Amino acid sequence: MPNFQPNPEIIRSQKQDLFEGPDFYQIDDLLTEEHVLIRNTVRDWVKKEVSPIIEDCCQRNIFPNHIIKGMADVGAFGPQLSVEYGCGGLDYISYGLIMQEIERGDSGMRSTASVQGSLVMYPIHKFGSEAQKHKYLPKLAKGELMGCFGLTEPDHGSNPGGMVTNFKDAGDHVILNGAKMWISNSPFADIAVVWAKDEKGVVHGLIVERGMEGFTTPETHNKWSLRASATGELVFDNVKVPKENILPNVTGLKGPLTCLNSARYGISWGAIGAAMDCYDSARRYAKERHQFGRPIGGFQLQQKKLAEMLTEITKAQLVCWRLGNLMDQGKATPAQISLAKRNNVDMALHIAREARQIHGGMGITGEYPIMRHMMNLESVITYEGTHDIHLLILGMEITGENAFM
Amino acid sequence: MKILVCISNVPDTTTKVSFTDNNTKFNTAGVQYIINPYDELALTRALELTEKNGGEVTVINVGLVDTEANIRKALAIGANDAIRINANPEDGYFVAEQIAAAVKSEGYDVIFTGRESIDYNSGIVGGLLAEILNLPLINVVSKLEIEGGIVTADRDIDGGKETVKVATPCVISAQKELTEPRIPNMRGIMAARTKPLKVVEPSGSNALSNISAFEMPKPKGDCKYIDAANAGHLIDLLHNEAKVI
Repeated sequence: MPNFQPNPEIIRSQKQDLFEGPDFYQIDDLLTEEHVLIRNTVRDWVKKEVSPIIEDCCQRNIFPNHIIKGMADVGAFGPQLSVEYGCGGLDYISYGLIMQEIERGDSGMRSTASVQGSLVMYPIHKFGSEAQKHKYLPKLAKGELMGCFGLTEPDHGSNPGGMVTNFKDAGDHVILNGAKMWISNSPFADIAVVWAKDEKGVVHGLIVERGMEGFTTPETHNKWSLRASATGELVFDNVKVPKENILPNVTGLKGPLTCLNSARYGISWGAIGAAMDCYDSARRYAKERHQFGRPIGGFQLQQKKLAEMLTEITKAQLVCWRLGNLMDQGKATPAQISLAKRNNVDMALHIAREARQIHGGMGITGEYPIMRHMMNLESVITYEGTHDIHLLILGMEITGENAFM
Repeated sequence: MKILVCISNVPDTTTKVSFTDNNTKFNTAGVQYIINPYDELALTRALELTEKNGGEVTVINVGLVDTEANIRKALAIGANDAIRINANPEDGYFVAEQIAAAVKSEGYDVIFTGRESIDYNSGIVGGLLAEILNLPLINVVSKLEIEGGIVTADRDIDGGKETVKVATPCVISAQKELTEPRIPNMRGIMAARTKPLKVVEPSGSNALSNISAFEMPKPKGDCKYIDAANAGHLIDLLHNEAKVI
């Protein structure tokens, strides 16, 4: 169970978060009253609980575990899953808006929520037994249990099918061996949803619990990105996993890839959040900063940057709104999700770089959120399917030709 | 304990204010509305009191259907039920009359308003309501406790505070320090879907005032720097130009 006490080491900034979300095409009119309430609620929560501490947490590489309970309260953990198991029962637009607002605060915070909701709760919800669902989901939704997702391995990232982590039948349990890498939440997670091959080479999902003998989670240090999020490895050295911890309702790579679709959908919204924060900060800075006797926002080159940022954010908002509706109707395809994730993260990273230039030297300091978002997005653009892999997914969709290998 | 909280729907504090129709109407295009912040504090304190002592909190709003988004937010924050009086809130008197007519026989122990709404800032609804309902009023309250039917409240007065005790029922208007506003949680938002929101039609009374014109304040002038050695010039400017000394 995570420690909900505020970490006395974390310094709270007195600076007020003045963020105003751009809505140039009145996309709020496409949302329901409840969507707007959810979005504004999470925005208010981020302003109160995330913005004042996030810069210090990033600078000093501290995961603020005391905000897990707040995250759970605002519905960040599996809001789109069913009420029956203690989850939110909300739609995918709501889920997207929650991810957008949390990533407006910080991509690392959104990563924590994405992993918990889409990569841990979602597979248990979709592929788990009734006993597994009742045992884990209500506690995961409340943040009383935290989870992580083990798919990527040291030598198998874009090619998860090549994984070597495996398990052998040993009567009422299996023996799990292998290692997973680049795992968000691993250093503090209570459980891990791990994908591993059986003796026939078929991929299965297993729920591995902290405390099982031979299971360790060493932390990854010295990251330049997602510094407020905890990343680590999962190491399995002859771990005895009871057979009742195997997810019964899926085999093959379809299992982890289905989870990734859900998470990638959330990331495509999250990236808008990071982009909006950079844009909003740049917009305000351009009006306040004077050079040559006038605000720099009065110069054409700065206006071009701001105009293009707003254009790209507006396009991304429309893509996500439509994709959310397709998700709710059960019609969204993996390729459609790839398009949104690829486009929106790239757009956000580009906006972060342009916003950095508008801020000049101030943009590289912790006084403004720009460089933090930029460094975070350098991870986001390659995790959950790299920018290039999403292009190949789209390429295959268009041509029918597999260009992965 | 039955508590009523009067909430009004006001433009967000970041709204860029402008007017239409020859400066006679507030331009609502693109304006986001929020629960009046003082009313939100009143609601939060009402919830804290009922969580501690038991009881129910009702919110009431005089407004047209588009105010329901914020009424729903009040329910998500934790109010038990809501009443919307289906009328445009023409002026403070009209609002007080409507609320009084709707609740006079409901037996609320405490009726909260904000000290003022942040749009028209007349700050009179609480006082009028108390008068119409023949109840005591404590206004601009920054601290409030209720024990055994006795309200103990700190209210701001010139240069300090005074502590007032009054028996319920009474009307209280909320000041900034009353409590911290509460952010709804997802369970609250979900619960708000099914909480009762009763719509009642307005009763007969009319507004006593109407707005004939709006005017924007003059834009702020540039900051002038005066050399420290030239204090006389500063005094001259403050006296003759700024007219503050």
